[in-house]
Amino acid sequence: MIAPLFYIFAGLAIVAALSVVLQRTPVYSALSLILVLCSLAVIYLLLGAQFLAVIQVIVYAGAIMVLFVFVIMLLNARQESPTDHSLFARRLGLPLLAVFLAEVIFVVVGHFSGTVFAAGATFDGGPGAVGGLLFRNYVLPFEVTSILILVAVMGAVVLAKKQL
Amino acid sequence: MATHSDLPLLLLMTLAKVVVVLGVLLTAIAYIVWMERKVVAHIQSRWGPYLVGPHGLLQPLADALKFLFKEDIVPDEVDRPIFWLAPLLAFTLAFLSISVIPFGESITIAGHTIPLQITDLNVGLLFVLAVTSLGVYGVALAGWSSNSKFPLFGGLRSSAQLISYELSLGLAVVSVVLIAGSLSLREIVEQQRGLWNICKQPLGFLLYFTAAVAETNRTPFDLPEAEAELVGGYHTEYSSFKFAMFFMAEYANMVTVSCLATSLFFGGWLGPVFGPPLVRSLLPVLWFALKVLAFLFVYIWIRGTLPRFRYDQLMGFGWRVMLPVALLNVLGTSLIVAWRSV
Repeated sequence: MIAPLFYIFAGLAIVAALSVVLQRTPVYSALSLILVLCSLAVIYLLLGAQFLAVIQVIVYAGAIMVLFVFVIMLLNARQESPTDHSLFARRLGLPLLAVFLAEVIFVVVGHFSGTVFAAGATFDGGPGAVGGLLFRNYVLPFEVTSILILVAVMGAVVLAKKQL
Repeated sequence: MATHSDLPLLLLMTLAKVVVVLGVLLTAIAYIVWMERKVVAHIQSRWGPYLVGPHGLLQPLADALKFLFKEDIVPDEVDRPIFWLAPLLAFTLAFLSISVIPFGESITIAGHTIPLQITDLNVGLLFVLAVTSLGVYGVALAGWSSNSKFPLFGGLRSSAQLISYELSLGLAVVSVVLIAGSLSLREIVEQQRGLWNICKQPLGFLLYFTAAVAETNRTPFDLPEAEAELVGGYHTEYSSFKFAMFFMAEYANMVTVSCLATSLFFGGWLGPVFGPPLVRSLLPVLWFALKVLAFLFVYIWIRGTLPRFRYDQLMGFGWRVMLPVALLNVLGTSLIVAWRSV
């Protein structure tokens, strides 16, 4: 049951990710990105991480991407015209891509242990388990991250408002 | 947990539940529209629909036929794929979140106990929030793809409004979750057997209901479709059945939000139960339906009574009043919960 679903949504994620890059209209790219995020949420769900899956949809697809779409609509960005590709991109684009892909494949194959799918039922991905980990085992990194985000928010306000 | 041999039966049961719930929901929506027209008419000393059937009771049927037979006009300059996608998205997402709402305890037919809920997710509440947070795309994309100024403004306003009020809505829900200690709607309802959450969270309920009215684009927060300034807002360019889909989505969202308010604050299906077994298992459904209906009536009442906010008032209220109060409410609730558990 898990394997076919995984292939469907993994495939969907890859196709949508390609579409993010290849689309000419910004709104289409943003929509494709939403599709990528939702397919990833389904893959989390297949792994048994329900909480992470739902949070992925709420935070990324439901909040951050809404802001993206909002900005695109506000600027009323229509079709993009292709620029004259830079020399750097023309000469080094494909070789760099090949190097990056090779690196990813090397790492993935190196870690491949034979089991194809993690058994979803063997671990608890519910809100309680995630909360326990965050607030017991990893309190310090969690709090540091939240302070970092707070600083970023304040920075954004200062940048946006010239006069406070 | 279902074993392998139960799987076909489980699927069949779920399918049956989906069909029944969808059927009830669609009929309910048709009659909520009728109720809205009647109630608002009486508030304004009019009669409302009266011609089709007794007291206009067949009016929804006539409306549905009218929507089906009207010409579907697609303006030339729209972005066609997204112009099609937007109403579909709005409609589907609006109907999706009803799947985790428990509308009764359980019913026993031929030895099988069937919980009266399509599915009981252990993150059910978050699922509803996730689906409603995606609902904004329907409106935003409709506004953008119409390629016309009024829908664009409607779409922009709606995205800004939904982002602002979603925070307060989420925080109001968090305070209930803190008390219940669970994200499953069934468990949240069960936990209210002694005392409904409205008594423990009056402020939380007020915040939830206000934010919910804003989330469903209803008066006094119906800025995205303000007739006086935006013609029809995001659905100005839509006609015929595509418009009907937006229309139904709005009412489905109202139902969902009322169901959630009932489950979170008013004890869901809980109520006095008596009589033979079948009545026993069906009475909770009746209590649930009555509570939801009461909420829907309040919605319509508010619409008939209050004028619309100005746009800057709406944003200011959301960020400067609702959000701080919601944050304080969460802080206070968690302090009390922590104090109790020590």
